[in-house]
Amino acid sequence: MTHSTALIHYTLHLADDGLILGHRNSEWTGHGPILEQDIALSNIALDLIGQARNFYQYAAELINIGGLSGPSNISNPAMGPGLSDGPRSPVTEDQLAYLRDGWDFKNCLLVEQGNGDWAKTILRQFLFSAYQTTLYEKLAQSRDKTLAAIAAKSYKEGVYHLRWSSEWVIRLGDGTEESHTRMNNALDELWKFTGELHTAATYELETAAKAISPDLSTLQPLWKEKVKEVFDEAGITYPPSVWMQTGGKEGRHTEHLGYVLAEMQFLQRAYPGCEW
Amino acid sequence: MRVNIHHMSVQDLEKIFQDKIDADIRIEPKDWMPDAYRKTLIRQMSQHAHSEIVGMLPEANWITRAPTLRRKATLIAKVQDEAGHGLYLYAATETLGAGREELLEQLHTGKAKYSSIFNYPTLTWADMGAIGWLVDGAAIMNQVPLCRASYGPYARAMVRICKEESFHQRQGFEILLTLSKGSAGQRRMCQDAIDRWWWPSVMMFGPNDDASPHTAQSMQWKIKRFSNDELRQRFVDICAEQVKILGMTIPDPDLKWNEQRQHYDFGAIDWDEFWNVVKGNGPCNKERLAARVRAHEEGAWVREAATAHAEKRELKKDRA
Repeated sequence: MTHSTALIHYTLHLADDGLILGHRNSEWTGHGPILEQDIALSNIALDLIGQARNFYQYAAELINIGGLSGPSNISNPAMGPGLSDGPRSPVTEDQLAYLRDGWDFKNCLLVEQGNGDWAKTILRQFLFSAYQTTLYEKLAQSRDKTLAAIAAKSYKEGVYHLRWSSEWVIRLGDGTEESHTRMNNALDELWKFTGELHTAATYELETAAKAISPDLSTLQPLWKEKVKEVFDEAGITYPPSVWMQTGGKEGRHTEHLGYVLAEMQFLQRAYPGCEW
Repeated sequence: MRVNIHHMSVQDLEKIFQDKIDADIRIEPKDWMPDAYRKTLIRQMSQHAHSEIVGMLPEANWITRAPTLRRKATLIAKVQDEAGHGLYLYAATETLGAGREELLEQLHTGKAKYSSIFNYPTLTWADMGAIGWLVDGAAIMNQVPLCRASYGPYARAMVRICKEESFHQRQGFEILLTLSKGSAGQRRMCQDAIDRWWWPSVMMFGPNDDASPHTAQSMQWKIKRFSNDELRQRFVDICAEQVKILGMTIPDPDLKWNEQRQHYDFGAIDWDEFWNVVKGNGPCNKERLAARVRAHEEGAWVREAATAHAEKRELKKDRA
């Protein structure tokens, strides 16, 4: 794997995390439990999709300047066969989002899990935001200036997401017996996907070695501290170590992602090559 | 001059009220107002708020299938704006003494109505364009005069809402314009959406003037400034021209420019369909209401938890 290929994969990974979680959150739009919170979660969805767009645009730029060392690599299955269909024209953010298949997606497993109830959605956002803010804080120092700039801008949004979701974890953990039970059920379902957040994919080892991305193992203690602090206030026990699921960042997903993509990509697949 | 209203007869109060209205002085929450005026406003404003909230559903239906990242973001933002409009309107209605819980209860039990247009399904992506162009277009036509409505909080809410709605309308038209320049499949989608949304949009202005029982009183109170038929005519005139830019047609064989009237003539409205949809027999009435009831019921434990937590926190503060 060349340096640029790792950078492209890493950028796509960041983009995919944002898009898939943003998409999931947007499934709540119009169906939230409280009008004000419907608006808040839609806002987070918008922020995440906005971040994803910045990363996809950068990934497209890297691919277009030949970062994958020539056209043959764009049709590399690792990048997605959809990108090599038809006459060669510059890759766009939309092709990266809408024309890659599940195995090309590099989002972590946590973000693709179904919404479940409000407790599960809140907890998913909290666990992710706790990770994303520590990541972006460090990524803002990246040797790659574009990634650094996107991370610095997105960090501010992430801080808000973390504050909002922390408050809700506390509210639900502390609120009623029912909300407390639902929080614990959500934790039981989601905890096994948290290990992957700090397990480096092969491209992340390379980007970390080049000081493009932070060493994930240094982020883990910060994440744990943040999560523990909020769980303590919420009256939730920090779970013991369990066997963790991984693979999403390398393209091996849970069954959920296929359905997300089938729905999301439908128009681009059914009416190929159109302007929208 | 300060007047002690406790010493005044109802007739005097009514006269002062109507004089203010006639002089275009806004009525504010603490001012005396006739009960019927208050009731009319609560009915109209809550109906409007409900329409915003139910109106989120047909468009939210396409958020997860929006064809590009830009369209996806714009659609989320649009539906979110509608939630915001619902919020301002519920807040404005609260100034008349009607709480949100009570109003939602009326929506969920079917006692309160919302705009019938949202009982039609969104079947293709082009519907996002047609709703923006036609439905938001008709809504703006109805709502711009409300920015001058006699009740202050309502008028002020409407100013914000109208600004955002006109932005939505342009976005909707732009979606259709893009489709109209696209592939054969996209053009078919575009025409199909116009065909399905045209008549329901024309019906959004409500019954003909001679069958609209509240109009005269509402106009006297300056809640309403133009009649249903006047607004409808204005809408038809504008759309008949705009559709030409799309290279599409309006599904009305009787649509013709009338030189003498300086307006477009248009065909008869199917009032049977209109009243049936109002009464609950539209294609999506049951689904829309069920979705709102479900969100509310499934959210009950969330609201209870939030209240319980807030109470515990207060207690802790008191003890400290």
